[in-house]
Amino acid sequence: MNHIDLSSVLRQTVSCDLYSNLVTRPTGAAVRHQIERLLDDAHDRTLTVIDFSQVAMIDFSCADEVIAKLLMRHEADDSPRDAYFLFRGVTDEHWEAIEAVLERRGLALVLEQADGIHVVGTLGSEERRVWEAVRQMGRATPVELAERLDVSAVEVQRALDVLRRRRLVMRLSDSYVVVGAHRGG
Amino acid sequence: MTTVVNVPPSLDDHSFDDVLRQLTGTPSDSKVLLDARHVRWASPFGLTALLTLAQTRAEMPALAVPELEETASYWARAGFFRHAEELYELHGSYPKRAGASDSNVLLEITSVAKSEDVHDVVGRIQQKAQLMLRELSLDAKATVGFAMTLSEICQNIVEHAGRGGWVMVQTYRWTKRLGRRVVVIAVADAGVGFRQSLETAPGKERGDRWDDAAALEDAVIRGVSRFRDPGRGQGLAGVRRYLGRWDGKLSVRSGTARIAIVPNWDDDLPLAEHLPPFPGAQVQVTIPERATSAQSQPVSARTQR
Repeated sequence: MNHIDLSSVLRQTVSCDLYSNLVTRPTGAAVRHQIERLLDDAHDRTLTVIDFSQVAMIDFSCADEVIAKLLMRHEADDSPRDAYFLFRGVTDEHWEAIEAVLERRGLALVLEQADGIHVVGTLGSEERRVWEAVRQMGRATPVELAERLDVSAVEVQRALDVLRRRRLVMRLSDSYVVVGAHRGG
Repeated sequence: MTTVVNVPPSLDDHSFDDVLRQLTGTPSDSKVLLDARHVRWASPFGLTALLTLAQTRAEMPALAVPELEETASYWARAGFFRHAEELYELHGSYPKRAGASDSNVLLEITSVAKSEDVHDVVGRIQQKAQLMLRELSLDAKATVGFAMTLSEICQNIVEHAGRGGWVMVQTYRWTKRLGRRVVVIAVADAGVGFRQSLETAPGKERGDRWDDAAALEDAVIRGVSRFRDPGRGQGLAGVRRYLGRWDGKLSVRSGTARIAIVPNWDDDLPLAEHLPPFPGAQVQVTIPERATSAQSQPVSARTQR
């Protein structure tokens, strides 16, 4: 599992200790490119924790550049790697900008908070229900999920495919786990 | 021949149109003297717009500085003369040094031309966060939103204007108008403006009505950007959302139009058209202090500083 402290990346990127805020599109693009470079050194399948703990604030433009474009690139059919992301240390001060870009781009992400992990953003009700069931079960096959949710395995598999493409669940052999529940990669 | 323009005694986002009206039809390479000798009060919009106006003139304009010592002193503390010295032939005496800082000036006039300038502006305003928390009764979340608002508006200059602009932030006690303190952000540039910026959008079709007002409606109300990327245009949308939550006002002037998101406490027009032309974009954001029951009764006149 990778751990990326965004404030460290920010300082490396803009070469100035004075900048503790994730603001402006050029800064966001530079930070995202640095994250991509760090991911290049990782294994084929990686779970990366994006840590906001030391970030004072993030604006809409930077949230779009860092978070939205990172997620979109890895959701795409030509994704460069099998990467998953868990967002940590996100506070109310960060949330306003992050929520806005997720809504605008129709994206979702997995957030680690004191009370556990949550999926936030734009997600269909069926996918959200399946994601929640996987989280509660820890690890589950489509058949197990179908039984628990009382729906067909085909429907569950369809939702799982969406969730996997959107990097919200990981497939482990025949079963699935939500991102962040399994930290082995 | 020199065209003399009388600057109104009270210079704000509305009275600045009087300045522009007097300049209508004046070639940019002709000599202009802005007579500000009788100015007693100027808002951040007025000061940043004066600097912006000088940028639009091919021939360096002249400016007769305010005669009232208190006003000239305030302009100096706001950082106006530091920038004006490079843009105007200044006539009259004014403080060469800014003197003691003004606690009501949260951010003196600061030039914004590149991304690093936005970092600087946001960093400096965050240093004043404690003051904002205390004096404006804003909570910590609101001050972060304020910094985000400032960042996004300043980025409009960097991304769209094509040339540098200015930003200033000031607090006021609007006792008569509102019965509360407010914080005012003014950001002005003399760049391409909203209409021209949106016209560069590839493949963008225009309706029958396409002018500065339509461009402002697209950008401010509908979040349209010149970029194809749907992620663009979020800045002003986010600013609107923040201001809606904090009962703030947003006013954007570009070309011959001004659009405003008007809260209940203000009576500005939502859209003003056929104004005297002014290049670029000028944005003003006003965020009031949180209301308390004791502040419900306005009592006296708005005061400078």
